[in-house]
Amino acid sequence: MSTDTIAPRLAGFQRWRRTKDRSARYMIGFFGLAVVGALTLMFVYLLSETLPMFQGAQLDPLTEYEAPGGADTRTVHLAVNRHREMAVRITDDRRAVFFRPGSGEIVREQELPIPDDVRVTSFSAAEPRTRLVALGLDNGQVLAIQYEYNESFTPEGREYDPQVVFPVGDEDSALLDIDGDGHAISVVGIQRGSSGIRVAAANDRGDLRLATFEETTSMMTGETQVRRSAYDMPALPEGSTPTRILLDITGRIMLVGDDQGRLHSYDIRRPASAKLEDSKRVIRSDDAKVTSLEYLLGTVSIIVGGSDGSVTQYMLVRDDGNVNRITRVREFPAHAAAVTNTQPEYIRKGFLTADETGEIKIHYPTSQRTLVERQITDQALHRVYVDPRNRLLIAIDEAENWHLQRLENRHPEVSFHVLWQKVWYEGRSSGDYVWQSSSATDEFEPKFSLIPLTIGTIKAAFYAMLFATPLAIMGAIYSAYFMSPRMRTLTKPSIELMEALPTVILGFLAGLWLAPFIEANLPAVASILILLPLSMLLMAFVWTRVLPEQVRNFIPAGWEAAILIPVILLVGWFAVTLSPLIEIWMFGGDARQWLTDNGITYDQRNALVIGIAMGFAVIPTIYSISEDAVFNVPKHLTQGSLALGATPWQTVIRVVLLTASPGIFSAVMIGFGRAVGETMIVLMATGNSPVVNFNIFEGMRTLSANIAVEMPEAAVGGSHFRILFLAALVLFALTFFVNTVAEIVRQRLRNKYASL
Amino acid sequence: MNKWFKSGTPWIWLNAGAVATSLVMVFGLILMIAVNGLSFFWPSNVAQFDYQTAQQSEPTRVMGEFQRSETMTAQAMRDAGFDVPEGQEIVVRHLVKRGNRDLDSRDFRWYLEDFMTDREHPRDAVVLERLQWGNFYGFVREFRVDGEAVATGDEARARFEAIIPETRALVRQIEHIERVEIGRINFRIEQIRIALRGIERATDLSIEERAGREEELSAERGELEEQYAELETQRNELRNELRRYTILMETADGAESAIALADVVNAWWPNDMSIPQKLGHYVHTFWEFMTGYPREANTEGGILPAIFGTVLMVLIMSIVVTPFGVMAAIYLREYAKQGPLVRIIRISVNNLAGVPSIVFGVFGLGFFVYLVGGNIDQMFFRDALPSPTFGSPAIIWASLTLALLTLPVVIVSTEEGLTRIGASIRHGSLALGATKAETLWRLIVPLSAPAMMTGLILAVARAAGEVAPLMLVGVVKLAPSLPLDGNFPYLHLDRAFMHLGFHIYDVGFQSPNVEAGRPLVYATALVLVVLIIVLNLTAISIRNHLREKYRADSD
Repeated sequence: MSTDTIAPRLAGFQRWRRTKDRSARYMIGFFGLAVVGALTLMFVYLLSETLPMFQGAQLDPLTEYEAPGGADTRTVHLAVNRHREMAVRITDDRRAVFFRPGSGEIVREQELPIPDDVRVTSFSAAEPRTRLVALGLDNGQVLAIQYEYNESFTPEGREYDPQVVFPVGDEDSALLDIDGDGHAISVVGIQRGSSGIRVAAANDRGDLRLATFEETTSMMTGETQVRRSAYDMPALPEGSTPTRILLDITGRIMLVGDDQGRLHSYDIRRPASAKLEDSKRVIRSDDAKVTSLEYLLGTVSIIVGGSDGSVTQYMLVRDDGNVNRITRVREFPAHAAAVTNTQPEYIRKGFLTADETGEIKIHYPTSQRTLVERQITDQALHRVYVDPRNRLLIAIDEAENWHLQRLENRHPEVSFHVLWQKVWYEGRSSGDYVWQSSSATDEFEPKFSLIPLTIGTIKAAFYAMLFATPLAIMGAIYSAYFMSPRMRTLTKPSIELMEALPTVILGFLAGLWLAPFIEANLPAVASILILLPLSMLLMAFVWTRVLPEQVRNFIPAGWEAAILIPVILLVGWFAVTLSPLIEIWMFGGDARQWLTDNGITYDQRNALVIGIAMGFAVIPTIYSISEDAVFNVPKHLTQGSLALGATPWQTVIRVVLLTASPGIFSAVMIGFGRAVGETMIVLMATGNSPVVNFNIFEGMRTLSANIAVEMPEAAVGGSHFRILFLAALVLFALTFFVNTVAEIVRQRLRNKYASL
Repeated sequence: MNKWFKSGTPWIWLNAGAVATSLVMVFGLILMIAVNGLSFFWPSNVAQFDYQTAQQSEPTRVMGEFQRSETMTAQAMRDAGFDVPEGQEIVVRHLVKRGNRDLDSRDFRWYLEDFMTDREHPRDAVVLERLQWGNFYGFVREFRVDGEAVATGDEARARFEAIIPETRALVRQIEHIERVEIGRINFRIEQIRIALRGIERATDLSIEERAGREEELSAERGELEEQYAELETQRNELRNELRRYTILMETADGAESAIALADVVNAWWPNDMSIPQKLGHYVHTFWEFMTGYPREANTEGGILPAIFGTVLMVLIMSIVVTPFGVMAAIYLREYAKQGPLVRIIRISVNNLAGVPSIVFGVFGLGFFVYLVGGNIDQMFFRDALPSPTFGSPAIIWASLTLALLTLPVVIVSTEEGLTRIGASIRHGSLALGATKAETLWRLIVPLSAPAMMTGLILAVARAAGEVAPLMLVGVVKLAPSLPLDGNFPYLHLDRAFMHLGFHIYDVGFQSPNVEAGRPLVYATALVLVVLIIVLNLTAISIRNHLREKYRADSD
């Protein structure tokens, strides 16, 4: 072949080689950078899952229309079903109007069974989920009604057959005679509890009455019987007229607001002997009045809206004398004008307020967030409603114009305050750090304080480090500096094996073996702690001072650790055998009982167990890195020190440790990072109770164990789910910080060694 | 003395003590797991004794295996509700496995030694391992066929012993029908159901085409259903055959109980066995444990699915992590210029190694399962929705998550191997005109292959022991079917799986009867520990070997 035929082929071949070379470069470069990419992706993804929690709510205008069923009568009540496909409006001219909320198209109108000459003088709704409302009439009667959407599923979609039903009696006997003398009912309250329906009313003369309709289901026939009883309630203090009555769902409490800005709480557990328990002025400014009074979900918190625009939360809190006191809990950003209406949410403890200037606010109590502040119209609003799923908001102005708004309010219950500060929850007498993410009842409010989990994490890591650090660092110094090379080749793989042991095995042994063992042998643990160092020193003395030269020469220097192994075993055996005797001698035969008697709570799975088990997991990490740092101290430094007459121990303390201290520091940091994130040991060897203390005999719940326990059952996309992501992010950030610092310190140290 | 302290010797000894303590802990732990795990398979003798506390007028006769003993203070026992006589200060108590959970719910009980009398080991005491209710301890009294006693006493024992292999074979046949054949039919029927839904949804099909396909699938389904019915009758026949045999047992306290042979997995007379027989039994139970399926909420039976799941997951992970880790290491060592970028990459590698494993689990759940898996379902498995295919925890997501987790292990190890290759080799190759890629591919990679192997083995060891992230991304306590079976496409990456480490957690901490599960937990832990120790020692020895080799080369 001539050169001119080879040349192009050769050139082609060279090009092909260069292409291969270049593509290899790109591909390998890609994978190198992908490591950074993976870490960044983790961070960004975790962040993106948590951020939506801290965004406020979205409110967008949807449509406006005139009140379905006529703008000439006033709306006293409005409710939308959970699919936002059917709604009911109850008017003060005795009608219930069912309509489609999207368009306002009327589906059905139903006249309520109230005689034509009787006027509706008052109105009240029970918990929204009960769909129960009461109308007070001017003839002393009350009508209790319940609206039903009666939804059914067909292949075409959902269909509705809405109607009003009568929870007490039927259509003909639905009117309840509450005031026998026929005085107009000026205020009415209604609630359905576990025992049945309760209706409370005040007539225009201020007399308070309570009627109970107890439902009993016969065991024999399965029929439900309603027993009516009526009781006179103690009157309000002289000079005050009732303006609002609230009944709680437990049937224990009746709250009455009066025209003096005061709230009165009645104990009605036994209605026949009901008593006024507490009265309190619930509005701060002197000339202001209470314009709105409403229970939140669960009927524990009371929201008071004032004519001065203030919005305040109250609760009944038991005081030292065991009396329920009306207690101010927190205040919300005030409206510019009088609050006209407060509407609780259906499934959460949030609420909406409307005022005379046409502004709406959406609040959430425990997170202390006001998520929306929006001017809906320039007219005064008299009602505001929200659907059960918090997607649709309807505001009604004085002219009965309806303003529909689309609402997006997914995570109102989360805020910095909830996560990291003391929060005053319902049923408690003050603020506290609580983690309690789920419960059986619907009224339950999840409590998301990360403080107990963070404290638990730090507690677990602290005890683990307390156990591991001395052992690991001392061991590292010894094996890097004093140990004979032969022994070193045996020790290093053993420690690596220690690192490789799965933590699930450490956790299982800690939980199933170590925890019961420690519980049964508490004195042994204490005595090992004291006896072990003493016996080591004793052995050292015996070996170096007492034993004759011949015996000593039998084992060369650098094998001290091997000599000590039998000593340790002996001390351990000795301590466990003596444990019951010590227990009888010092602790009256039962060390655990002794601790309890001295006011120390003792859990079987406690921080001591964690300290040992997790310490075991952390020792090899700290050991390897510090050993590395100590071993790599330049030889000329130590040799110089020894040449100047220092003993080996002096050289270690004054020269080696000093030089290697940054390395040891980063070893401790990395060990700490590992202890913070360890999951299985904590999961298996603690009771996982989120307590806030540092008692070594109590358990804890850590961030990581909490994720492992709760993540599988958290609803995807919910607040709980996102908070668990936040917990993961906190762990990520914490370990990132610790590891990065440690790595930078190590890189510096390496440069220092190189320059020495 | 003072001088002795000044010399520093005692402090050196204390430091030595720290190493010694660590060593004692490591080997003590491994020894403990080994002893407890291995003794699980040993047919220990069954003891019988009379037990009478101060309150009891009549002694009760108890039979069972002694599990362990404790020395306690009398006071602690009194606090715990035992009636220990006054004046006594120390008591010894024994935990006895009494079995017979169907007759008495407390199958594990503590007995104080002081109240025990007449302890003996009856030669005809039998231990039955059963499908339900755990072990049975007692004596064989009658052997029955079709409800009629055909043999009593020693003859009954002989007949019973002889028929066990036969009944076991029947049980295995039934299991095979249920697990493999009916499983296959169910799998296919499910596929047809999804395919039918797909046809319903498809818009680009003409009416005839649609009807044709539907008919085809329905016909196949009919056929499968027929097969199903056939298998069912076959199974029922086997069951009826099996049900014919029962034995009448008598417990230590004289109660009688009839036990169907269908329920008996194994039977042995430990007090009547010689050491070789016991060894044979030992090997047999060990084999059953390694190859059997779990029973009784995982507290009994074998761990085959867990071993299988662990191995398969680790394999898939290796396929992902090896190229990724090796390339990243090559980049760091061969291509990247020292500078801030390399610093950042190194910090990232260290952080990947340091981020808690549960965080990987959370990331895997959110990113892989819900985001990636959810989108795969939307694109390719619409017909099966709303039940997720890849959008739920699965073995593929577990493997990917662990690949991310073990990436630093591979990188660090490979890098170490690359560092040890002398510059002269690279220079020689480049000087001869090879490109960098060629040098890499022909020289560097083959030379550092053992180091990569070390990294991979260490990664596998790490992954095999990791549990926390798997709890979120794919492990279940009981998987209905293995991720690898005879149904197309054979490897089911979308299935959840069982895992040795999680098995330990589940049986040890989530099961209702922790005491009953304890030996099995130890045995499982032993399997896992042995696996990990072997992997690690292999890696360590490869590495040491390599170091020696390069040391020799450079000399």
